Amino acid sequence: MTKVTIYVTLRESVVDPQGIATTDALQKMGFEEVKSVRVGKLIELEMDGSEQAVEARVKEMCDELLINKVIEDYRFEIGEVAGK
Amino acid sequence: MKFAVLVFPGLTCDLDMYYAVEETVKQEVEYVWHTEADQLDYFDAVLLPTGTSYGNYLRPGALAKSSPACKHLQAFAETGKPVLGVGNGFHILVETGILPGGFLRNNSLKFRSALETVKVENNNTVFTKDYAKGQTIQLPVASDFGNYYADEATVEELKKTNRIIFTYADENLDGSISAIAGITNDKGNVLGMMPLPERAVEEIIGGTGGTPLFHSILNNWSEQHVN
Repeated sequence: MTKVTIYVTLRESVVDPQGIATTDALQKMGFEEVKSVRVGKLIELEMDGSEQAVEARVKEMCDELLINKVIEDYRFEIGEVAGK
Repeated sequence: MKFAVLVFPGLTCDLDMYYAVEETVKQEVEYVWHTEADQLDYFDAVLLPTGTSYGNYLRPGALAKSSPACKHLQAFAETGKPVLGVGNGFHILVETGILPGGFLRNNSLKFRSALETVKVENNNTVFTKDYAKGQTIQLPVASDFGNYYADEATVEELKKTNRIIFTYADENLDGSISAIAGITNDKGNVLGMMPLPERAVEEIIGGTGGTPLFHSILNNWSEQHVN
């Protein structure tokens, strides 16, 4: 069993309203050193297939459903599922 | 003329759309459940109502791609017959790639339900012939993902080809790029819009700013079917 971790972030050019609100909140709470927050998503998959085999499939999934490339960027890591 | 109201799980405003067709153009209208979308050919226009398809999980409209209805909808759009997607229906059109762009959370981070002043930027479409160019109308919006986004090149292309059909005339509170409220595909037969014309077809509730849109679709169809 292979574990895939996909990190989804908003593209650089996209304004992130959640990030702006969170920056503001952190600064109000005394974390003035925070200059910017961007909020993203983490998607974890457990898949059949070797590490080499799943890579192409994960890219397909990202292209077809998991990511909207107009607004989002992504990267992913592939590893073994611990204890399986 | 035969209208289909295409319903995906979680689209909750199908009745409003159905009623608007009956109220305005008084034509034949049927609900089509997404698993029965292979029957779309029978219809002259497809209407995608708003709501919360598939719980809006992942991204609004995204999970609708798992339904075979999307392929049928794509094929229907390619025939050149009119397709209208409002609110979450617009999200679905964007996620399936029938229209360009994507949606972000509203700048306010709030679900916004309000009456908007919307400007008709292009009245030379199947959907807007019964409006005047530059006319402003009142239409309700109800969404937390009303913030339309496309990259600069796409927005330039939309402007150059007159595919921005509606803009927010007063305030652009959700943060949509170039104040975009509605766009069409390159053929002009698919319109996606965040304001809800089906909720503005009666003077006593919400006004009649949406009525000419339904008449435009019918009038255009009638012109093509004079014989």
